[in-house]
Amino acid sequence: MARKAAIIAAGQTYHKSKRRDVNIVELIHEAVKACLEDAQMGPKDIDAVLIGNMEHFEGVYNPDLWAVDATGALMKHALKITTGGTTGASVAHAGYYHVASGLFDCVLCIGWEKQSDGDTTAGLIFQSDPLFERSNMAGAIGTFALAASEYMDRFGISEEQAAKVAVKNRGNAVNNPYAHLRRPVTVQDVLTSPPLAHPIKLLDMCPTSDGACAIIVASEEVARKKSPNKPAWFKALATRHDQPFNSDLPLLINMRTLQSAAKEAYKQAGITNPRKQFDVAEFYEPCTFAELSWYEALGFCELGGGGKLIDSGVTEMTGELPVNPSGGVISTNCIGATAMIRVAEAALQVMGKAGARQVDGVKTALATGFGGSFWTEITILEGN
Amino acid sequence: MAEQKSKKVKAIDETLISHQVLQVPFNYSAGPVASRFLIALRDEKKIFGIRCPQCKVVYLPPRGNCGKCLSALDEWVELKGRGKIQSFTKVNYQESTHPSHPEQFILAVIKLDGADTGLTHMVGEAGEDELEVGTLVEPVFREYRKGNILDIKYFRPIKKGRA
Amino acid sequence: MGEQEKTGVELLDISSPANFPYDYSCGKIGSFFFKALRDQQKFYGRKCSECGKVYIPPRPVCGPCYAPTNEWVEVGPQGVLECFTVVHFSFLDPMTGKKRPVPYGYGLIKLDRADSRIQHFLSESDASRLKVGMRMEAVFNEEREGKLSDIKWFKPVE
Repeated sequence: MARKAAIIAAGQTYHKSKRRDVNIVELIHEAVKACLEDAQMGPKDIDAVLIGNMEHFEGVYNPDLWAVDATGALMKHALKITTGGTTGASVAHAGYYHVASGLFDCVLCIGWEKQSDGDTTAGLIFQSDPLFERSNMAGAIGTFALAASEYMDRFGISEEQAAKVAVKNRGNAVNNPYAHLRRPVTVQDVLTSPPLAHPIKLLDMCPTSDGACAIIVASEEVARKKSPNKPAWFKALATRHDQPFNSDLPLLINMRTLQSAAKEAYKQAGITNPRKQFDVAEFYEPCTFAELSWYEALGFCELGGGGKLIDSGVTEMTGELPVNPSGGVISTNCIGATAMIRVAEAALQVMGKAGARQVDGVKTALATGFGGSFWTEITILEGN
Repeated sequence: MAEQKSKKVKAIDETLISHQVLQVPFNYSAGPVASRFLIALRDEKKIFGIRCPQCKVVYLPPRGNCGKCLSALDEWVELKGRGKIQSFTKVNYQESTHPSHPEQFILAVIKLDGADTGLTHMVGEAGEDELEVGTLVEPVFREYRKGNILDIKYFRPIKKGRA
Repeated sequence: MGEQEKTGVELLDISSPANFPYDYSCGKIGSFFFKALRDQQKFYGRKCSECGKVYIPPRPVCGPCYAPTNEWVEVGPQGVLECFTVVHFSFLDPMTGKKRPVPYGYGLIKLDRADSRIQHFLSESDASRLKVGMRMEAVFNEEREGKLSDIKWFKPVE
């Protein structure tokens, strides 16, 4: 049987488009330092260090090795985990598995990315199949644009409805001092922003950010004896992968992986009515259309109902189930950290430490991760 | 190049190769500590290490925090530049990813006087049979420097044999 | 390269352009597919021995069945446009080292008799003239080398 495990601390950097004031190792250290301070712990308290990013962005491989000075992994168990966009969540999940196995008590988990040191779209092209996709791939933007065209055609979702996601999330980011983009936008702003790849316009899409995030996952004993914060317990975890080509998957954006992972995670956590039972959700939404389709995949509404749900206000800060109080990925995207930031933000909500972006009375929080060929991770956290 | 490959004998079981050269313009922020070190090479032809106040270790290349105790580092130590070869080898191949490397060169880990960690660099003005572990070396700087570790062209022996 | 930041410390950037040379084996299945493009201007999908799904791009194993694919099936050259976009942002293409010229259209096409879709360029770069469900047809290059870009693009069927 798996032991209980909780997130007891979190730290992140102030995310920006270009953090020239730090090199990669210093960026990582900033998040680690913030996390250790939040835990009131030092490297001596840490049994293992798990670290991940999308290595092709910076072209410097094996951060487990050369970021040791930053992470406190010297002479310790350390592992690199790199699973594309889901990296941050994979690292968090791995932290859970290390502790839940009974073999480790206190694990430091780090996700990071210094997008500005490389070229993001060029880096993403490295991720594509070399024989069949690479010559015509157009990064994440192109892939989501293709997916959005099918989604809009099938269900009549409008660009205005998608724009409301940006308005909501960018508005929420004003309350998040760590977010990269903190200027609110209007539906008009979104609709008139420069086109990237039809129907996706500049303000429909996430930025590229430099940033890092770290959390500490601890056993029940460590959490109860040493944690200065209210622990955010792992209640359910699920991961799903899909076939290798984006072109294999019908109705791509609705992500059969997310639907399947949600089914399993909901079963683990006893969730039968997600809209009622979740108090807050942090989505990994690289673009506005994705958030709408994932309301459907996660059972917040019926298939095709994402547009109506955003119209209804259910997912606003004042609504029944706020989605992305942190501002989401539309406001910050340091890819290797992003999925962990979702988990960390969900944890902060459970801990009651989310400051101006805190949702009242959070007991159960949902975090999703997203990666390349539409694979996913789901994390459900609960406070006592 | 693709034409050459496809013009090979077109047997029924011909298997194809996709030749690709992927080009990415990486541009790394050096950060304040590495920048100061590199600027000292560029502007002063000086090599600096950085000391941990707790562990008393002098790191070269310098870094922002100590890997052992995680303390922030800001105590700069000017090194004389001389040191001893800790290990060395002659490299006889060139990599396409390193067109600036000569076809043959001597790679060494050098312990500079005053530093507690070694520095990897090249050794010049000597053949490998003129070197041994312990050979004293000194840095030779390029005339035109730009704030890069290769502002040091190489290290060269001061004295032959052990100190 | 250097810049005076607010702290007054000059910060450097280290430029390190990388050129990674790769020689990918196309394998037996990839080679058959690309040679058919090059020599016959035809598309072949690969059929699963269990569920009968015809895959394009072709592959040796059907993922959901975890069973080998065992038959080549001629598919296309026409098909249905199921997803499309027109790209307006110019990005660095690591395969050429240059920015890709924009605008250009690309999409996912379900070739006739295939069960999965192929991603490729479209002749049309005006999104108002593209629609999910349009019938498209492959246009091949005069000079072909045995790779995906032997197909120039897909154009709407008149």
